[in-house]
Amino acid sequence: MKFIEEYRNPAAAHALAAEIARTVTRPWTLMEVCGGQTHAILRFGIDRLLPPSLRLIHGPGCPVCVTPAGLIDQAVALTKRPEVILCSFGDMLRVPGRTGDLLHAKAAGGDVRVVYSPLDALALAQREPAREVVFFAIGFETTAPANAMAAHQAKAGNVRNFSLLVSQVLVGPAMDFILRSPGSLVQGFLAAGHATAVTGVGELHDLCCRHRIPIVVTGFEPVDLLDGILRCVRQLESGRAEVENAYARAVRLEGNLPALAMTHRVFEVIDREWRGLGVLPSSGLGLRDDYADVDAARRFHLGPAPVSDDEDCLGGQVMLGTLRPDQCPAFGQRCKPEHPLGAPMVSSEGACAAYFRFRGPGAG
Amino acid sequence: MCLAIPGQVLTVDSASEPWNRSGRVRFGTIEKTINLAYAPDAEVGDYVLVHVGFALQRIDPEEAERTLEILREMEELQELETVAAAPQGVRETRPQLPSDPS
Repeated sequence: MKFIEEYRNPAAAHALAAEIARTVTRPWTLMEVCGGQTHAILRFGIDRLLPPSLRLIHGPGCPVCVTPAGLIDQAVALTKRPEVILCSFGDMLRVPGRTGDLLHAKAAGGDVRVVYSPLDALALAQREPAREVVFFAIGFETTAPANAMAAHQAKAGNVRNFSLLVSQVLVGPAMDFILRSPGSLVQGFLAAGHATAVTGVGELHDLCCRHRIPIVVTGFEPVDLLDGILRCVRQLESGRAEVENAYARAVRLEGNLPALAMTHRVFEVIDREWRGLGVLPSSGLGLRDDYADVDAARRFHLGPAPVSDDEDCLGGQVMLGTLRPDQCPAFGQRCKPEHPLGAPMVSSEGACAAYFRFRGPGAG
Repeated sequence: MCLAIPGQVLTVDSASEPWNRSGRVRFGTIEKTINLAYAPDAEVGDYVLVHVGFALQRIDPEEAERTLEILREMEELQELETVAAAPQGVRETRPQLPSDPS
């Protein structure tokens, strides 16, 4: 397909890899903060094209993985109400909370449906006026405008049987948290291309200035990833710390203004729990009071989801980049996609799932 | 999750409200109705990046071409230097790796 194939060109990829090898003179560690990029790196073997002294580590870029277990428990509890149809992106179904997952809730008779878009859930609510349709609205900045639009259309169209169970998180505060964490290894960031297509680069400039760290907005195909890595390494080797846009065909510096306007109209910035990382201040979005009618938490009186730790899962360390998935003692042994200890092994974008799928259970 | 796929706009439907702007978009052999409210400049024939039913951005063909041009120059330089020992091509399936199940 156009705008995909040309960025998978092996000759261009190898030219970039050779240029990276020529550029690197010292050890460097870069982090990407998008599960889609993590999977592309493992799937295409990008990390194996790089010199050994250049290390890629993987940040908390999987929204399914950081959705708190307590919120999954609330979604599971909602499926026990006979009037509720719980709609979700497919990725979320097999992720365990503390009281099970949505797939088991469906098997137990709950009405759980996978949708492609939040607008599909809204259309379902309009077709089923006697039911309560709840959409599990997870995601980063990339998905927030879509979820905001569903909330706004429900309010504008007076659709009274539609609500959102919101777990929206923001990638910028997570990058800041990683850089401030003791023992952080990150020397340069590959910023998530599609989140930045929405937000623009303003927030990245702020991070770059405060932490003196190179940030390169990067796309998702092999050539895009290698181009982002090369630009980041060139900055590090020359002692620069700037924001660069290596995904200019999709990312405007100002972001997507209509998408941001709708997001801000519907959502406000709040503290959010990140599974494995704890509660991070001003790191997520919640529905504004104007949209209380479409807030599932308020409609069903769910209360705050209790913060919890996954006792056996070291996913927090994996998402901070201090533990590579295949270095976890449970990897491929007690923890596999069919019986995961935590979300990063089961989500299609989790770093542990990527290592298991593309490197095998005995990776290392 | 933040996956966004490029597709070509086939039609733009008239909308009563700006947030209802939508159209048919083709991805390879598949066609879907996509909300175009966030890509107000996207017209028939343009490519858009689509995420969960929404066009996130119109793809800028000039920027895309500029990136490819830089890459072509890099490739030519690479050929001049004839790096004969380059590893095998980057491919989705890597049958040469026994541990790779993809």
